[in-house]
Amino acid sequence: MKKIIIALVMVSLSSLASAAGGKLHLDEANIDLTDKASLQRGAKLFTNYCLNCHSASFMRYNRMGKDLGISDKLVEDNLIFSDAKVGDLMKVAMTTEDGASWFGTPPPDLSVIARSKGAGSEGANWLYTYFRSFYVDESRPFGMNNTVFKDVGMPHVLWELQGMQKLVNADEVKEHGATPEFALVSTGSMTAEEYDTAARDLTNFLVYVGEPSQLKRLGLGGWVLAFLVLFFFVSYALKKEYWKDVH
Amino acid sequence: MSMFDKTLGWVDDRFPLTKLWTEHMAAYYAPKNFNFWYFFGSLALLMLVMQIVTGIFLTMNYNPDATLAFASVEYIMRDVEWGWLIRYLHSTGASAFFVIVYLHMFRGLMYGSYKKPRELIWLFGMFIYLALMAEAFMGYLLPWGQMSYWGAQVIISLFGAVPFVGEELAIWIRGDFVISDATLNRFFAFHVIALPIVLLGLVVAHIIALHEVGSNNPDGVEIKKVKGADGIPLDGIPFHPYYSVKDIVGVVVFLFFFSAVIFFWPELGGWFLEKDNFVPANPLKTPEHIVPLWYFTPFYAILRAVPTIGVSQFPGVVAMGMAIVFLFFLPWLDRSPVKSIRFRGGIYKFALAVFTISFIVLGWLGTKPAGGNYLIASQVFTILYFAFFILMPWYTTIDKTKPVPERVTSK
Repeated sequence: MKKIIIALVMVSLSSLASAAGGKLHLDEANIDLTDKASLQRGAKLFTNYCLNCHSASFMRYNRMGKDLGISDKLVEDNLIFSDAKVGDLMKVAMTTEDGASWFGTPPPDLSVIARSKGAGSEGANWLYTYFRSFYVDESRPFGMNNTVFKDVGMPHVLWELQGMQKLVNADEVKEHGATPEFALVSTGSMTAEEYDTAARDLTNFLVYVGEPSQLKRLGLGGWVLAFLVLFFFVSYALKKEYWKDVH
Repeated sequence: MSMFDKTLGWVDDRFPLTKLWTEHMAAYYAPKNFNFWYFFGSLALLMLVMQIVTGIFLTMNYNPDATLAFASVEYIMRDVEWGWLIRYLHSTGASAFFVIVYLHMFRGLMYGSYKKPRELIWLFGMFIYLALMAEAFMGYLLPWGQMSYWGAQVIISLFGAVPFVGEELAIWIRGDFVISDATLNRFFAFHVIALPIVLLGLVVAHIIALHEVGSNNPDGVEIKKVKGADGIPLDGIPFHPYYSVKDIVGVVVFLFFFSAVIFFWPELGGWFLEKDNFVPANPLKTPEHIVPLWYFTPFYAILRAVPTIGVSQFPGVVAMGMAIVFLFFLPWLDRSPVKSIRFRGGIYKFALAVFTISFIVLGWLGTKPAGGNYLIASQVFTILYFAFFILMPWYTTIDKTKPVPERVTSK
């Protein structure tokens, strides 16, 4: 019987492992949700560059401020660019119809975008790689394409930070699924390292927005498990005591 | 006479409170040799209560409306106090419920718990399983994500494969030509009222039937056959306090793993919460892979393994249905004179191992695209799955069994 159980466990484990496979090459984002400075920089990038076309309509400005250590006053003065109140949801004025006619497809709401790209760090890696994978492609309406999201409708809104880059090994990527290699054709206001950090900050922020309660969840988890371990010893001692007279 | 005794006496004159407590707890004699596998009954009950309680609180904040449903789930996750915890308890709870129920059923297969005189317990249990599948399927539509929408679309369109009345039937179930607000509303009604009532009724019937004939045990010995002078089975111990305190230990161990998932891996790598379900339902955009949640994938693999007749998927639908129907007939398919695997011969052990592996592998194949080697593997394991049932009357008859002892063997 034991052999059967072991065999079953092995089969189920191997199936769990192989279910995670994917073809897309993604870089490690290595985000840190406890890094408030990074989240604040991400919030700045998000409200400046994303929150014009994309909404985050399940997220409130003041909730973000509270979690990121930014006062309501600072949020109102620096992060709200519409007539929204600090307790409002992060909505945009652009209608779905306008978005569809301007970009081919309406820009999606970004509240849970990180979670929709994969569980755990997979979603973060996707976003991080995506922000750094725009390249010049004259065949596209906005002259830009992306190796992570092929024929994406979105222009490269961070170009003034990163500059423009071209895909060096386009044929190998297309035919053999090689790792894309890029080269800058024009420089932006940031160095490559600075831009990677910016992309990481923005990713960090979007992962936070995807589940604002996750730090609380993770922080609580250890205490809950510790309590259960303690309670296990108590309940086991109780069981032993009662079962003494069962022979 | 104390105030408590007086009150109890007053109640007992009007309602059999003490009688019920005695019959089902304090003087319900359970075999003393229950092992690990006997935790899952009480754990299933715990999950039922957990799902109902968390479900009540979710219902207070959820909007069963196609334009509001997705946002209301995120509202629960963000703006409702502890809403994220309630939601994760419910979403992880659904998967945990199935893990427990599958282990509970596997226990029945190992120790022959479905055999005479416990056929009705098994049948009630199978109806619980059916109701639970319906409950989970309808509940999965409610977050109104892409996978909610397209999963329901695929499964309900299967009814369209029924000859002659199929199309009409599928429209009748959906209340529309596609999954829509009408479907969401009726699924909500079924999920929060109709099916929970059915489930509760069936669980009561399951337990009443169990307490009528008494529990089986890992030896498959009927403890009621050997009673002491006081009429109490010699190998029986009162459920309360012995198993109530033992089950608490089981609950704590289970909650440890359950909490680990909730607090650290609520999506469990996409197995409990799929990434596509964080995209709002879009009737115009079909996801790349439509995969049901893991607890349905064995049956989904069987559905896809059976070849179509022309364009009709009906044979696959029938096979999927039969995969569940066969389970109902286990008590009559099994001709072995012994219950427990401990006293059965090698043939049954082998058959059960093949069946279990087939079920797990089919579950994995159900998450893969159909075609190529995956399809061939699905077909092989589908045949093995059905062989377990179809050949059962034969191999349980020729299997060499060992003599069953009079008394249970170990503590």
